Amino acid sequence: MSQAIEYKYHPSNLNESAPNVYTEKNLKTEEMVLNIGPQHPSTHGVLRLEVVTDGEIVVDVVPHLGYLHRCFEKHTESVSFIGGIPFVDRMDYVAAMNSEHAWVMGVEKMLGIENDIPKRVEYIRVLVAELNRIASHFVAIGTYGLDIGAFTPFLWLMRDREHILRMLEWVSGARMLYNYIWVGGLFYDLPVGFEEKCLEFVNYLKPKLAELDNVLIGNKIFVERTANIGVLSRDLAINYGVTGPILRGSGLKYDLRKVDGYSVYPELDFEVPIGTGKMGTTGDCWDRTWVRVEEVKQSVKIIEQCLEKLTGDYKRTRDFDPRSAVPKKVRPKAQDFYTRSENPKGELGFFFRTDGRSDVPVRCKARGCSFSNLSVLADISRGHMIADLIAIIGSLDFVMGEVDR
Amino acid sequence: MDIQGFKELIEEKLGDESVLGVVENSTPATLEVRTEKILEVLDFLHSSDQAYFDMLSCITAIDNGPEVNSMEVIYTLYSIPLEHSLMLKVTLDRENPEVESATQIWKTANWHEREAYDLFGIKFLNHPDLRRILMPADWEGYPLRKDYVEPQEYRGMKTIREEEDRI
Repeated sequence: MSQAIEYKYHPSNLNESAPNVYTEKNLKTEEMVLNIGPQHPSTHGVLRLEVVTDGEIVVDVVPHLGYLHRCFEKHTESVSFIGGIPFVDRMDYVAAMNSEHAWVMGVEKMLGIENDIPKRVEYIRVLVAELNRIASHFVAIGTYGLDIGAFTPFLWLMRDREHILRMLEWVSGARMLYNYIWVGGLFYDLPVGFEEKCLEFVNYLKPKLAELDNVLIGNKIFVERTANIGVLSRDLAINYGVTGPILRGSGLKYDLRKVDGYSVYPELDFEVPIGTGKMGTTGDCWDRTWVRVEEVKQSVKIIEQCLEKLTGDYKRTRDFDPRSAVPKKVRPKAQDFYTRSENPKGELGFFFRTDGRSDVPVRCKARGCSFSNLSVLADISRGHMIADLIAIIGSLDFVMGEVDR
Repeated sequence: MDIQGFKELIEEKLGDESVLGVVENSTPATLEVRTEKILEVLDFLHSSDQAYFDMLSCITAIDNGPEVNSMEVIYTLYSIPLEHSLMLKVTLDRENPEVESATQIWKTANWHEREAYDLFGIKFLNHPDLRRILMPADWEGYPLRKDYVEPQEYRGMKTIREEEDRI
């Protein structure tokens, strides 16, 4: 770039572009506004929180979003469905495989080719999506431990996540933003030797998960910090549109992989863990984290089954073409379509409107799971201490890339 | 329950004029609802035992452009216990887009409606906190409208790059 960004500074700029909801006029005498973020490690991205406090007690929280707004929905109005996949990657950038799986499945259903996809392709998609789900949950659990003072699990989980990212890099060529799952197929088949390495990794990971249970989840300090904190009742969670591990932590067995049974999930055997209030109340921060850890174990189980299929019934052949069902042109007929799938953080939905004349959607709306999950923050943190607010933010596990899109 | 079942259910309770018709080519099926009746319809679908839509998945706003001169708001509903889904569509006047807010029924609607207000300028009546959510509060215009023209600068920062400055 030849020139630096110019900016006309004025002290009133901040108040005009992101004004506080609470000012001298509507604050009580004993209340104080504490600003957290947008640049703060515990807000997990560029989230700004306007916290009204009475001493140490949180009276209200007002989230201010938009610091990572990249106009995803505007972009999709000018790029084709295929060109949209890299943009989808950048929404939830710690679980890009899952996001592009959701997008691609939606487009395939609109085209009516969802039954033409070879089984091997479907199993590879589920395999990489579950690997990415583990990586995403590792970020969630690791940084959550870091937020409330446990440093070791963070390092351990980042180490194991790096193994997954290396494997996905081997598969797709990119470490985090893959563009691997294509409409109608895949970029490439799995690299030779991947199945064996992946099985090796699964066998390596299993004892590490037992270690994680001991060092973090069952740790007395961790339990004390998270049990009975930020209790989210089941009814409130549904009313807020909260999905994913948070809703399951509140005790509802609701997983789109089971409910909708998309891709090859009906052929796979796995459980849906739900929070039971083992350490405190159902739907507290501990339950949400525990559900994530259990989901990692279930994902390991799914990966093992996928590997079995990929080396057995649908094993690699010389003439297998992962792009055999890739359509020449992606031009769905005119329709409104809402598609959804289970991301690590909840229900990721896309609403498409197509006109049948072009391969560019007329309108595409992304229903980010983090967006709805974050909206519940104020309701469950009122009356808690400021330190507990940090624990609640971490347990909601949102990615600002998906909140702001 | 199929789409005709939902239509009859709503018409039985709220009168024939509340539903305008079934929208073709839509998944899940869509009912077009009279704009003034939308809050009653949503409230009924939320509380009725046969429909029991306990989750509002998504609110989508669509601008049809200056030629058609209308906007649409689409509500995607899902019932967790009954496992069925439905979309409702209302059409708004583009010059003065206004519709009742659904926040008192589903709290999800709060942020989704703020987003629609932010990017399309649709006013949700009786919304508790209708502020911009993604764009800065002093941003001019509504970016997802079809006739939106991007301002050249924001606080001295150029929003459009010169050709030679592109990376």
